[in-house]
Amino acid sequence: MTNQAANQGIGQAVRRKEDFRFLTGQGHYTDDINRPGQLYAAFLRSPHAFAKIKSIDTTAASKKPGVVAIYTGKDVAADKVGGLICGWTVKDKKGEPHKAPRHDIIAVEYVRHVGDQVAVVIADTVAHAKDAVEAIQVDYEVLKPVVDVREAVKPGAPQVHPDVPGNLCYDWEFGDKAATEKAFASAAHITKLELVNNRLSPNPMEPRSAIGEYDPGTDTTTVYTTSQNPHVLRLILCAFVFGLPEHKVRVIAPDVGGGFGSKIFNYPEETVCVWAARKLKKPIKWTSDRTEAFLTDAHGRDHVTHAELALDKDGKFLGLRVDTMANMGAYLSTFASAVPTYLYALLLAGQYTTPAIYAEVKAIFTNTTPVDAYRGAGRPEATYVVERLVEAAAREMNIDPAEIRRRNFIPPTAFPYQTPVACVYDSGNYAKALDEACRLADYANFPKRKAEAARKGKLRGIGLCAYIEACGLAPSSVVGSLGAGVGLWESAQIRFNATGTVFVYTGAHSHGQGHETTFAQIVSDKLGVPLENIEVVHGDTAQVPMGMGTYGSRSLAVGGSAIVRAADKIIEKGKKIAAHLMEASVDDVTYDKGVFSIKGTDKQVPMAQVAFTAYVPHNYPPDLEPGLEASAFYDPSNFTFPAGVHIAEVEIDSDTGVTTIVNWVAVDDFGKVINPMIVEGQVHGGIAQGIGQALLEGVVYDQESGQLLTASFLDYCMPRADNLPSYKIGMIETPCPHNPLGVKGCGEAGAIAAPAALMNAITDALGTEKIDMPATPLKVWQVIQSHNFAAAAE
Amino acid sequence: MTISVTMTVNGQSVTREVEPRTLLVQFLREHLGLTGTHIGCDTSQCGACVVHVDGRSVKSCTILAAQAQGANVTTIEGLAANGQLHPMQEAFREHHALQCGFCTPGMIMSAIDLVQRNPNPSEETVRHELEGNLCRCTGYHNIVKAVMAGAQAMRG
Ligand code: FES
Ligand code: FES
Repeated sequence: MTNQAANQGIGQAVRRKEDFRFLTGQGHYTDDINRPGQLYAAFLRSPHAFAKIKSIDTTAASKKPGVVAIYTGKDVAADKVGGLICGWTVKDKKGEPHKAPRHDIIAVEYVRHVGDQVAVVIADTVAHAKDAVEAIQVDYEVLKPVVDVREAVKPGAPQVHPDVPGNLCYDWEFGDKAATEKAFASAAHITKLELVNNRLSPNPMEPRSAIGEYDPGTDTTTVYTTSQNPHVLRLILCAFVFGLPEHKVRVIAPDVGGGFGSKIFNYPEETVCVWAARKLKKPIKWTSDRTEAFLTDAHGRDHVTHAELALDKDGKFLGLRVDTMANMGAYLSTFASAVPTYLYALLLAGQYTTPAIYAEVKAIFTNTTPVDAYRGAGRPEATYVVERLVEAAAREMNIDPAEIRRRNFIPPTAFPYQTPVACVYDSGNYAKALDEACRLADYANFPKRKAEAARKGKLRGIGLCAYIEACGLAPSSVVGSLGAGVGLWESAQIRFNATGTVFVYTGAHSHGQGHETTFAQIVSDKLGVPLENIEVVHGDTAQVPMGMGTYGSRSLAVGGSAIVRAADKIIEKGKKIAAHLMEASVDDVTYDKGVFSIKGTDKQVPMAQVAFTAYVPHNYPPDLEPGLEASAFYDPSNFTFPAGVHIAEVEIDSDTGVTTIVNWVAVDDFGKVINPMIVEGQVHGGIAQGIGQALLEGVVYDQESGQLLTASFLDYCMPRADNLPSYKIGMIETPCPHNPLGVKGCGEAGAIAAPAALMNAITDALGTEKIDMPATPLKVWQVIQSHNFAAAAE
Repeated sequence: MTISVTMTVNGQSVTREVEPRTLLVQFLREHLGLTGTHIGCDTSQCGACVVHVDGRSVKSCTILAAQAQGANVTTIEGLAANGQLHPMQEAFREHHALQCGFCTPGMIMSAIDLVQRNPNPSEETVRHELEGNLCRCTGYHNIVKAVMAGAQAMRG
């Protein structure tokens, strides 16, 4: 290995290759791109949560300056454009497929949530397009909306779609009902909780944006867009929405400013840009403003759950049952159906040996923005249920919360571990993570700190969360059997240049995760090439082989593994070339860190010489193709199961209800770590989003009108620097046994663990389980006041 | 109707004919092609658009280009001199204070202004001062570290 490459490989906190362009303002986000002759789209959006469109008058609007065209849903329908699809079919209790009502890219007869597209103006500038939008006259028959799932299931509730009776998308079950009932019948103690998992707006800082472009000369359509998975978007647009051949459509997702799930999906706006670009033969650009983002980016969470845990007299978990209503919003978004089912119920075993589990989930349509995957997607909801229950049970039974977990952990010797809800956990050491977290949090001395705080008139609480997640989404055969419409493998290609520099093509997409660095480290480690000689290419369907994109913390476990496989193929071919150069038999060639050598001799050939020889094959094995590049597709044999323990400690001011986080400890097991600096950054960001959910954030709709009350950063409380603490991060490592890197994935852990840890701390401080997220100062204060009243009344 | 606006941006005098309603951020992005300054909201809450106007940090979405007539504007593109990163840019890289990079230009411009006013800030001061800059990726942990380190480097 060259000296430069030595400190750049697996396990090193290498500074990021991508940073220079971002630090100097030279990133290329979609809105930074402008195409010659481009026009701008602006959408007229429904001001009503539910209404019938009686008529649309565009006469005045079309006379406005700069207007090129105005289209309504009827124009789209006349072109026979397909509706947006849901790519995962969930079957209900009776085996019937879920209800996926038509989702037009511009509404035709009804608008079903505030912000639904009613018309689009195409004009020469953004300002002109927006001016004309305001001049469109629409006559609506306003209907009574429904926004809360508890209302939407009642008889006589407004019906969001005529073809979905009772607003019921599906009524689904998972697990062994009879065994679970038996477990409850034999229980010494049952803990019950009513839990609301609040609706969130993902809010990546970069708003969504798209440019549709059509080249009639080659009949090629190009889409620049803020996507986490450009190939998946291309597949949906081609195969389902437009019926276009895939080789004539190119999707480019350039630098993307955060996604957190919300940029996985196929949305109406980019689809309209593509359609209008083909119609007008002009590039059409649209960039969301923040209010549009609140109105139309798929939201996350929004569960209402009744959950029960059965325990024996020693606090051993006997059974868990969960009854959840999940809000789907007005339409079924791209992967919405899978989130409260397969990404949720399958994780209800948590880190425990609970032998019997049964979950029922009803997915409900309402007159709200569609809900889909948001950082963690189903797994935070599962963890929240399990860990709130476990902590509550410990308190009810007077068992220390750390101790009750220890009694129920799957032991390290039990892996691979088959849970009662279909998962086979790969590896883990849950007690070790808990011990380490307790040490870092000085858990043993918490009672002293609580007493100290009480003397100062403060309420102090500590909360634990032992989370599990399923990452590395794949294997394809499993997700296919569960209803996924796509495979979940990943692709990689490694291409040497003659001078020894390397291109790495990945089907994963980086929108903050640092793949350009992490993936280069893998290649550097495997092939001995210095980092600066490696270019990782992603996000362009014309350059990169078909890939599945980035979500579900899958990029390293699946995409990184594909890169390892491609590197192995490079080494295999390299051995043949090296053997020829050293005049030896291939079987005698060994390879280590960028150098081929012959066993027992001092003969050596470096990788760079092999690459050069492959492209200048003057002295070359006669039966070997020239060139040095390799492709690999990797489809794992199982999910990966990262796990860990977070401990939150809070102090509450009972006069103001303000919660201050005084300590945060996270001990995670992500398997092998390629770049610890990047991994810690992922943990920090995830925790911040989890704290946001528990303390600050929440999408609020007016129950009567269905208006979105939190449609700007003024009303929706995003975590800011002064809301958050610094974190203590610890790591343990049990390598994943079934992928070549031993990695598990780290992107979502913080968002999964944090809400339960923090709410457990707050409920500990308050002495009641009855508070829902977000635990705002007002809510906390109200709980304290009702306590005080109750105490005074006694 | 258009008006003529002249200002100095990153050391160069520029003049453009623009609609009177043009915001400074639009002037920079659309008329000068300086796309390092970002737009993350429409309520002056996120700070993705922060630039320096006559040496002070300003959310460029909150003022009209015409209000910057004659002003001296520095954007993220004007910070690095001869390929040499500003100490605050360097600190952000060293401490992994950026992930997707979208908030980064505004964050760095705010941080430099903060340190110019307060050369030796405490962690609490940094957190408080950055309250007008949203980052959805980093959880601020590393940004705070970077700003403290950048402040030290700027003190020399
Ligand atoms: S774009 Fe200026 S504050 Fe958000
Ligand atoms: S790095 Fe992505 S928003 Fe800050």
